[in-house]
Amino acid sequence: MNENLIDIYIMGEHHQVPDSLTILQALEYAGYRLTRGVGCRGGFCGACATVYRVNGDYHLKFALACQTRVEPNMQLAMIPFFPAHRPRYRLSELKGTAQEVLDIYPELLRCYGCNTCTKSCPQDIDVLGYVSALLRGEIALAADISFDCIMCGLCVSRCPAELVKHHAALLCRRLYGSRLAPRSTHLAQRIAEIRSGKFKAELEQLKNMDRKQLQELYAAREVEPEE
Amino acid sequence: MSYPSPLEELVRRVNQTREQRLKQSFPRLGAEEKQTLLKKFHPDYRADSFAELEVGPNAGERAPKELVRVLEGDSPVSDGSLGFGEFEYETDVLVIGGGGAGCAAAITADDAGARVIIATKLRLGDANTMMAQGGIQAADKENDSPAIHYLDVIGGGHFTNIPELVEALVTDAPEAIQWLENLGVIFDKNPDGSMKTIHGGGTSRRRMHTCRDYTGAEIMRTLRDEVKSRQGITVLEFSPAVELLTTPEGEAAGAILLNLNLNRYLRIKAKTVIITTGGSGRLHYQGFPTSNHYGATGDGLVLAYRAGARLAFIDTMQYHPTGVAFPQQIVGQLVTEKVRSLGAQLVNRNGEQFVFPLETRDVVASAIIRECQEGRGVKTPAGVDGVWLDTPMIEVLKGPGTVKRELPAMVRQFARFGIELDKEPILVYPTLHYQNGGVAIDAMCHTSVRYLLVAGEASGGVHGRNRLMGNSLLDVIVFGRRAGREGAQLAKERTGSFFPGLEHLSRWRQLLRERKGTGVSVSPVLLPDYTRKPGNRIGGQGVGEV
Repeated sequence: MNENLIDIYIMGEHHQVPDSLTILQALEYAGYRLTRGVGCRGGFCGACATVYRVNGDYHLKFALACQTRVEPNMQLAMIPFFPAHRPRYRLSELKGTAQEVLDIYPELLRCYGCNTCTKSCPQDIDVLGYVSALLRGEIALAADISFDCIMCGLCVSRCPAELVKHHAALLCRRLYGSRLAPRSTHLAQRIAEIRSGKFKAELEQLKNMDRKQLQELYAAREVEPEE
Repeated sequence: MSYPSPLEELVRRVNQTREQRLKQSFPRLGAEEKQTLLKKFHPDYRADSFAELEVGPNAGERAPKELVRVLEGDSPVSDGSLGFGEFEYETDVLVIGGGGAGCAAAITADDAGARVIIATKLRLGDANTMMAQGGIQAADKENDSPAIHYLDVIGGGHFTNIPELVEALVTDAPEAIQWLENLGVIFDKNPDGSMKTIHGGGTSRRRMHTCRDYTGAEIMRTLRDEVKSRQGITVLEFSPAVELLTTPEGEAAGAILLNLNLNRYLRIKAKTVIITTGGSGRLHYQGFPTSNHYGATGDGLVLAYRAGARLAFIDTMQYHPTGVAFPQQIVGQLVTEKVRSLGAQLVNRNGEQFVFPLETRDVVASAIIRECQEGRGVKTPAGVDGVWLDTPMIEVLKGPGTVKRELPAMVRQFARFGIELDKEPILVYPTLHYQNGGVAIDAMCHTSVRYLLVAGEASGGVHGRNRLMGNSLLDVIVFGRRAGREGAQLAKERTGSFFPGLEHLSRWRQLLRERKGTGVSVSPVLLPDYTRKPGNRIGGQGVGEV
């Protein structure tokens, strides 16, 4: 392993760590046994969203600690929890209009387009873009633009108008998925067939087959070609 | 070019053979060839890394040494010091584990009118479900059927799967997809609403449903949001269970949780307990890096085993063929099988294919290990073995822009380290991915302990000795819902009074003393320790040991 040590500062405290590590690995290397600020370690859960700065530069930078390599003179902090507002609603009682989203999250109307949210997104999502789409009533577009959101909440923590946009985006996606997306007829049809017992006998037969019979059937399977 | 110079040369070789390989289709292996390959190279067959259990319901059976150590562990809880009679919470259904299976169980139990508590170690949704990229299987197309799905599952598991469990999995699958869609999950679709589906390793029909390459994340964030919407579900985060509570008759009756914020025990009395704690990749069997979540330490197996539940298939783990081998920072993280579904080939250091890319996972993993052991692999500057996964091939096969459109999460992951997935191949090596076995269950998720149910990766038998891609997301939804329904029903039927206690633990401790003496470790381990200490793994991914 590369043992080229660099200086970093964790909550102000000086540490030396190998420069080959991610921020998360560097915290652990320094001796932190983490329960907060760590999750999937693969860039999908948003638990390790991190704000940092490099000495001598006033700019704040944003990253996922598990996906970002340390650099010299980093000033690191953990964000253990962010108390984002999340009103209670029942999806089953909603129809799928943008007005409903705005009724649940009225603060969305306070957006004045500063774009700080987009700049703070570690996923490089056009956050302002989906908020604008939502404000124009385009739920499908808001769902599409926000799809790769891992809900870390950095955009909310930085928003001067205090918009809880990652939760509003999730509501847009759930409304799109359940109400607005075209439905597949083949799925409904298959469920009806299963309920009518169409496959029961065949499955029963398979369940009672011995290993040899199953092996023969398996070897003789016809494989659907690629498109 | 973002690879260091010794690798750069090898990348050129992959580029040179691409056009020729486009015309070649590597033949699939026959049944006997597969068995020979597995026995020679699959980690499940490395006898010296297994040990025999001496205590508990599976005494006499073998399991990985690391698992045996935690299964034969002692509880952090002392027998008599808890002052029973008072409980911080009482509930109908206690769900231990807040991942996909746990949330599906909680929602379903809530639908059935039960009072539900979810106790989870980290945040709600911090689980392997969140990380599953590839997809979810369901036989819902006209040319497909639950019976065809059944045959794929049981063949993939080498005909060892429990038939009733496979039947449940494939029969409930289409309904599981519809249930998710009704909750707001956005599946990839054609303009007419039909599902866009693709192949996975070992499928005979294109039945993999996807949400870009965020399938698990999309499902998990939706389930989590639904749980938060429900007043009947109480969520206790940062509160893992450390011991089950049982009645003198040996029936499940609740659990003791450890509140990690306050380092304080919480006692919960529950009519039914559902364990949905997932897998155990963070035990790093055989020193492998893992694609698993930070919390995947096999806690549920430990709790259930001490309470007397029988385990099944615990001697087999899934090593996902394509874990990241370079760059060093993300070694062991998953490269989704969808990459091969889209057409990327596996290529050795000579630029040659060596396996059909969509064989089952155990077979592909074994073939990669063979290439590396026999000198046809690539060594990274950090000394990690790997072979090439030819991602630019997808662009050639399916058109420019396909990689960015279909694999946004992966593109982002590699771009952070300067590698352009659509232009350069990547280096991969098998990573510890899935616990094929777990607590033995029947089709309604019952275990050998009454009022104790298990669902998802913590259970064993559905997948036999090898799971197919897209059947774990399906498993957590199908069996999570079954457990929720059954848990609520059992709670309704349990009308008499019952007294939760720790008799099982006293018996367990006596057995431990008799068979193991002193010096057993304390389990569950809850979280891995990656701090810089002798013996610990720096970086948490198998980057190297101090």
